[in-house]
Amino acid sequence: MLLIDCPWCGPRDEVEFRYGGQAHVPYPQDPESLGDAQWAEYVFVRDNPKGPFAERWMHAVGCRRWFNVVRDTASYRILAVYRIGEQPPVTVQVGGESAAHGGAGR
Amino acid sequence: MTGYRLAEGGRVDRSAVLRFSFDGVEYFGLRGDTLASALVANGVLAVARSQYRGRPRGIVAAGVEEPNALVRLEGPCAEPMLPATTIELYDGLSAVAVSGLGRLDETPDPACYDKKYGHFDVLVVGAGPYGLAEALSAARRGQRVLLVDDQAQLGGSLLAEPESAVPDLIGELERSANVRILRRSTALGVYDGNYVLIAERRTNHLGPDPVPGVSRERLWHVRAKRIVLATGAHERPIVFAGNDRPGVMLAGAARSYANRYAALPGREIVVFTSNDSAYQVALDLHGTGARIAGLVDTRAQPPVELVQAAESAGITLYCGAAVIDTEADSPDGRICAVRVAGLDGREGGTRLACDLLAVSGGWSPALQIFSQAGGTLRYDEATSSFIPDGAPDGLSVVGAAAGLVDATAHPLWVVPGADGDPATWDTHFVDLQRDATVADVYRATGAGLRSAEHVKRYTTIGTAHDQGKTSGLATLGVLADALGAGSPGRAGGTSARPPYVPVSFALLAGRERGALFDPERTTPIHSWHVAQGAVFEDVGQWKRPHHYPRPGEDGALETAEAAVLRECRAAREGVAMMDASTLGKIDVIGPDAGVFLDRLYTNGLAKTPVGTARYSVLCKPDGMVFDDGVVLRIAEDHFYVTTTTGNAGAVLDWFEEWLQTEWPTLRVRCTSVTEQWVTVAVVGPNSRAVVGALAPQLDVSAAAFPFMAVRETVLGNGIPARICRVSFSGELAYEVNVEGYYGLALWEAVLAAGASYGITPYGTETMHVLRAEKGYPIVGQDTDGTVTPLDLGMSWIVSRRKDFVGKRSLRRPDTVRPDRKHLVALLPEDPDAVLPEGAQIVAHEVALPPSLGHVTSSYRSAALERGFALALVTAGRDKIGQIVHAACDDRLIPVRIAEPVLYDPEGARRDG
Repeated sequence: MLLIDCPWCGPRDEVEFRYGGQAHVPYPQDPESLGDAQWAEYVFVRDNPKGPFAERWMHAVGCRRWFNVVRDTASYRILAVYRIGEQPPVTVQVGGESAAHGGAGR
Repeated sequence: MTGYRLAEGGRVDRSAVLRFSFDGVEYFGLRGDTLASALVANGVLAVARSQYRGRPRGIVAAGVEEPNALVRLEGPCAEPMLPATTIELYDGLSAVAVSGLGRLDETPDPACYDKKYGHFDVLVVGAGPYGLAEALSAARRGQRVLLVDDQAQLGGSLLAEPESAVPDLIGELERSANVRILRRSTALGVYDGNYVLIAERRTNHLGPDPVPGVSRERLWHVRAKRIVLATGAHERPIVFAGNDRPGVMLAGAARSYANRYAALPGREIVVFTSNDSAYQVALDLHGTGARIAGLVDTRAQPPVELVQAAESAGITLYCGAAVIDTEADSPDGRICAVRVAGLDGREGGTRLACDLLAVSGGWSPALQIFSQAGGTLRYDEATSSFIPDGAPDGLSVVGAAAGLVDATAHPLWVVPGADGDPATWDTHFVDLQRDATVADVYRATGAGLRSAEHVKRYTTIGTAHDQGKTSGLATLGVLADALGAGSPGRAGGTSARPPYVPVSFALLAGRERGALFDPERTTPIHSWHVAQGAVFEDVGQWKRPHHYPRPGEDGALETAEAAVLRECRAAREGVAMMDASTLGKIDVIGPDAGVFLDRLYTNGLAKTPVGTARYSVLCKPDGMVFDDGVVLRIAEDHFYVTTTTGNAGAVLDWFEEWLQTEWPTLRVRCTSVTEQWVTVAVVGPNSRAVVGALAPQLDVSAAAFPFMAVRETVLGNGIPARICRVSFSGELAYEVNVEGYYGLALWEAVLAAGASYGITPYGTETMHVLRAEKGYPIVGQDTDGTVTPLDLGMSWIVSRRKDFVGKRSLRRPDTVRPDRKHLVALLPEDPDAVLPEGAQIVAHEVALPPSLGHVTSSYRSAALERGFALALVTAGRDKIGQIVHAACDDRLIPVRIAEPVLYDPEGARRDG
């Protein structure tokens, strides 16, 4: 049972949260301009690293806010928690690039 | 008392004599006994025969590691299979021996089980000497401490020492306000973030009946900053021929029975050891007056001081020797002698008469919970055991669990049999409960298995009720020998998984059973439905009327089919009403509400005029239909969005996700108002008259109140109402929304207004038939997450002018395939046939034809006077008019593919 430090409510049990998959995968600015492969990349393809992974969580039975978490997928240790729109405070790989170049949104 | 209860000593209350029965025989025991110790005190060691080979078996251990002495506990809270060593004796206890296979008691358990959450600085598991010291030092530092132990008394291994051995610091712990002590409680497993589940047995020791007002067991969910595991060690057996007979007992258990319970497990005892710890066992048993017939040590040169101590007690030592076989001559299979021979140059050996063989193969730290937490182990040659290597953050191990045992063990796992080929050693038992022998391990390695995990699964060793607590390392020792790996450390290991001891489903379920298993949601009109004898169905957590059966002429209730046909006819020919309050409802409010909804729904909503409504569809980014509903525009900045009953929560989540993560600058707020509103659908050609009577201030003429218009009004009875002219049946219809508080009053007002028209309440089944006759899909029934709006034939609802989530996917190569499955109607050639939902559609009457799709909805139609169905069929729209077949059981039913709208395809009935 992960203990997740909601940036709005403080540490709470994992069962209070909903998982939202990989963070920093922004909705494309203009989907119609994308080729099939580029669009499929957005819709279907996500990273699956062993180690630090930036992912989204939502405090479903609390404040209902979305936020970002960096979690080590091997140890299940939570390395950082930060708000939507912020950059990860620790180094994580995002789609082969550093998160600093990823989208600012999701 | 019997001859096996010692005259003095022990931690039993001699003034409290308890009567109990075992396998139908009455015995007496004392308070403080376990069922096992009481049996030992009565001279009973033999328990049920083994599960597979039917061999006599006896009590082996004194704790949770017991492999043989399984019993069914009888009474109102019957337990199917528990080790007798873990059952505290109470007066009137009745138990039956079980051969490794319990049987569930089918009568309901009357006891209450509950749960509790706890947050502590330090959780100490195990109240032996190290656990007590850790708990006390944390307590003295002012930390909040939880101390957990599975026994009724604190002290752990000290309880097997002479009485004075337990220190009086327990009193200090008990007096500390910051210390909570859970006795009779077992840590079952540890989960991420130092989260531990603990089973507390609260009243089991008091008797067979539940105690009013007290939960029988409690499941603790504990989060601790630091966990200290003081879980001790389990003694290991040594494997030799005939090592499974009653009377072969772990040496520490024999000492525990004598010292803690004053119960002598034998009168003429041979002790067999590979380490130092059994010498104290021999001395203590000797001190009780038992005769020690011999002390057999596998080591050629045991420590001198131990040898001297044994010899000065007059005990004969056999060094560098082993027990090579056992003998039995009584009906219960209990040993009467063992045979001892030197390990070098073995011959027939010496026969020693005895009624107990106390065996010690060394001690294995109890690291099940440590391993679950992610701790790593290493094999320690000195103690011949796996000990902690790397501990995860926030967790530490102390005491015997950390490998701090005095005994340096001689790594002897198996005493060779008379035949030199281990593959024939089929009475050398490795796992007593699984009846698995050395021969079985060699059969596994002979079949090519090398990994300990594979051997475990092939032989089932370690998978029984006791989870291999005693057999684990011996198995690895045998496996290491078989593979020529040298030490068990090189044979690998197997994973320990929760729970550490068996746990009842009743405890895990707690109070969440029966009506509390899942919340039930009902509408404000529910009491009326119940009073009218509605038959309910579960839709998610909602209880919805399925149909309202009426008494027939003979007084008997009409069948469901008859009721549905009657309700359908009323809606098509007169007027009918339904409680539609379970529909999800979301207020979407703010200056950007229209822009926001436009980005998610497939059609344009921003331009919907105030006072009108639109049907719309939501897609996921992959273009598949996620939900549908009618969106009402109440004001420029206020939309009232309805969702399917089952998706109300998911749609709200979806809205909030996009608003927060992608479009945080949009000025929109979403609020679930599902339970704030009651919705009553008034349906049928006479609905206009009924709504007119219900809402006299409202001009209900077709011109003044057209299709998809929304009107706010006050009903004749003074209730404010929001009425929308929408139709989920193809008939002229209205949905009347009022505040939930007025729900029942609204329902009764509609009934009264419709009385002269014979208004008929209808349930979900009629709703389904009516909508299916019109080809309206139900999301989640006619769709399954692989269906696009275009597959449903809804290109008319997909905007070409604006983007929406999922739109780009609708021109992916896969979504534009001409052979996708389309929603179509099916008309069985036999009009009386009603296809089963889920039936496969095939083209030809051939063996194993490829599937063309499946039936998604199927009903008998009053209006069409026949059976009909909706189905997803490959390229279905290109097959209109063709005959295909629905596979039902062993026959194929010919059906004709049709346009999905079967009833009133020109839509003439919508305006009444």
